[in-house]
Amino acid sequence: MSTLSILMSAFVLSIVGLGFFIWSQRARLTDSGPEASEIIFAKGEIGHPEKAIDRTTPQAVSPRPDEAELLARVRADASSAQVVFFFYCCAFVWLLVASAAGLTASIKLHSPDWLTSEAWLSFGRIRTLHLNAVAYGWAPMAGLGTALFIIPRLLKTELAGARYALLGGALWNAALVAGLGSLAYGVSDGMEWLEIPWQIDILFVAGGALVGLPLILTLLRRTVAHLYVSVWYMGCALFWFPILFFVANFPGLHHGVEAATMNWWFGHNVLGLFYTPLALASIYYFLPKLIGRPIQSYNLSLLGFWGLAFFYGQVGGHHLIGGPVPGWLVTLSIVQSMMMILPVAAFTVNQHLTLKGHLSALRGSPTLQFICLGGLMYTASSVQGSFEALRSMNAVTHFTHYTVAHAHLGLYGFVSMVFFGAIYFVVPRITGREWPWPKLVTVHFWLAATGIAIYFVSLTIGGWLQGTAMLDPSRGFMESVHATLPYLRGRSVGGALMVLGHVIFAVHFIGLLAGASGRAVQPSPALNAATGDI
Amino acid sequence: MHSETRLVLGGLTTLAVATAALVVLPYLTVRDTPPAPGLKPYTASALRGRTQYIQHGCMYCHSQQPRARDFAPDAKRGWGRATVAGDYAYDDPPLLGTMRTGPDLMNIGVRQPGEQWHLGHLFQPRAYVPGSIMPAYPFLFELRDKAEPGETVVTLPPGFVPEGKTVVARPEALDLVSYLKSLDRSYPAIDPTTTN
Ligand code: HEC
Ligand code: HEM
Repeated sequence: MSTLSILMSAFVLSIVGLGFFIWSQRARLTDSGPEASEIIFAKGEIGHPEKAIDRTTPQAVSPRPDEAELLARVRADASSAQVVFFFYCCAFVWLLVASAAGLTASIKLHSPDWLTSEAWLSFGRIRTLHLNAVAYGWAPMAGLGTALFIIPRLLKTELAGARYALLGGALWNAALVAGLGSLAYGVSDGMEWLEIPWQIDILFVAGGALVGLPLILTLLRRTVAHLYVSVWYMGCALFWFPILFFVANFPGLHHGVEAATMNWWFGHNVLGLFYTPLALASIYYFLPKLIGRPIQSYNLSLLGFWGLAFFYGQVGGHHLIGGPVPGWLVTLSIVQSMMMILPVAAFTVNQHLTLKGHLSALRGSPTLQFICLGGLMYTASSVQGSFEALRSMNAVTHFTHYTVAHAHLGLYGFVSMVFFGAIYFVVPRITGREWPWPKLVTVHFWLAATGIAIYFVSLTIGGWLQGTAMLDPSRGFMESVHATLPYLRGRSVGGALMVLGHVIFAVHFIGLLAGASGRAVQPSPALNAATGDI
Repeated sequence: MHSETRLVLGGLTTLAVATAALVVLPYLTVRDTPPAPGLKPYTASALRGRTQYIQHGCMYCHSQQPRARDFAPDAKRGWGRATVAGDYAYDDPPLLGTMRTGPDLMNIGVRQPGEQWHLGHLFQPRAYVPGSIMPAYPFLFELRDKAEPGETVVTLPPGFVPEGKTVVARPEALDLVSYLKSLDRSYPAIDPTTTN
């Protein structure tokens, strides 16, 4: 088959497939007009943001939101509080571990004779520790914790089977400790994103399944007729991830270049079908909550969801452009990478329309700043990714630091920012305590934002220079190395700001737990949430 | 049917389509590609060295997949012809890599066959390539006053070994270098189905 016919058929099939999907889901998921998007509010609550840490004025809410509904929400929060708290504590620990490892790896790239005496501190291992602590520690702990908090609220019921999630979380973290230990020691399965030995992966599978169980149990007890868009994302992510993980780590199944295609099917789907939906679900929940207004177009969110589900799974081959894999596969992935612009545009327009006229809400709420910046970065990193998949651009950027910049725009600028915001929103509601020093939230925000900006800009320029130097055979290889040096240093500066932000974030959390709050929430979180002031 | 069932079924279908394209079809078509004629199996020492290559994460800086001439000047840099599926028949897992912080190594055994060079370069890359940002791997070696008989002594350019000391390669270093020297895909291979 010629490339053109593959291209055309992939394109046509995708469009038809997507159309079919949306049609098949329509009957139930869009049946309810505006009520669907208003489901996250109690009666009478629209127009009143559920404030996170802005506690300037106890609002005189009038008319008062339906008390019974607010109390039901408080019960939902109480049912998930313990397990969410556990997941978040783990997230904090892994965030710090990952940050320290990332910064170390970064410095090593421009100071290669620093800390060379120990094998576990060498670049190859500390980088792997960084990636795995981020990929299996920080991101899933923060994302799953947030999902466990949101889901009972959205289904207007209590979290069923929280014990299983707690046990699952404990298993998962035990597996991660074992996994990082074995990587540091030098036992690795050798594929990026799948380094942790498969024997340990069994624990992850068991833990993950136990975390997913409460979702099903809670779904069965839901008291709402309609499933809000966040439930689609989170629900599917919780089904997708175990399949990806299981297939990818199954010992003895994959071999030769097939292992490479599988590797990037997994690698990209962890991003696209696990972290991304968890983070998007959080945006779809918190953004309207924080500005007190339902999302603009529910139908656009439907397009965004099924577009993502449909196209994202197939983009992994763009990591192998120019590689020894079947040409049709790479072409398919490039086409689907471009198609991703569709759901991304749907999300972006929706976010823009929802926020329009409410930008002033940003000023009072750092949580909202994190979430909005995250949403913007979703658009930015996705569009960038689509273009990076084009052969002409990929020829320059593929093997360079440009890709690393892109990875951080996505996983840091988008996913981590959203989770930061989510944690700031959720923690007071599950602990019954306020963040003691609101200024620190602003400091964290600006450190993270400035840090990632420096990080991204440095590596984008450095990576591009590196790529163009490598494409010019008249320039020696070392020119491509020298070209990157100032930018690798720049990345360490940006990275250090980010790490500082994380330390402040963690200190603030400890301060909250230690009861440093100038104004403990009195007398119970229930009452305060019910009056809309928390 | 409940909307959640529909939702999950829809989600599983989209994932199934993706899996069919990126995992199942390659499984059926390229997984068991026979070794390219001319490709030699690894020796036991090279295989142990391959494990070293994985544990020390060399693949996070070095690719093993030169690209085609019409796509990038990899061949002009001496990295070799574009690889085909049969070149990886003995590679479990393949170490294609995604970064070229350092050069592609698919044919490093052809380009750089000297054991002493490799050992010395691993001990201290900057002794050979000024300005290199490759990490030094001193823990693969031992500093001794005097080598025992049968041990491999590494001779470095002057100034990189402490006065009065001798650098002796540990078995891990020797295995790693035997793996590097075995990296040779210089035999001809043309496989139109996998070039792109
Ligand atoms: C931080 C990135 C990095 C890591 C990790 C790394 N290298 Fe390198 N490597 C480089 C750079 C940069 C060069 C080019 C400069 C030089 O030759 O030192 C290079 C060059 C080489 C060369 C010479 C290539 C040539 O064409 O002359 C070999 C062989 C090599 N590395 C092997 C390894 C092995 C084996 C490992 C793992 C133990 C490793 N490298 C880990 C960055 C790295
Ligand atoms: C919690 C936030 C972070 C996330 C989610 C994250 C995510 C990632 C990911 C996905 C990769 C793999 C990139 C690729 O190979 O394409 C990576 C690599 C890396 N990250 Fe991070 N990261 C975070 C924070 C940091 C920080 C604070 C630093 C400090 C400078 C850092 C430095 C690095 C380095 C040096 C690499 C290796 C790149 C290479 O192989 O050349 N990261 N990170």
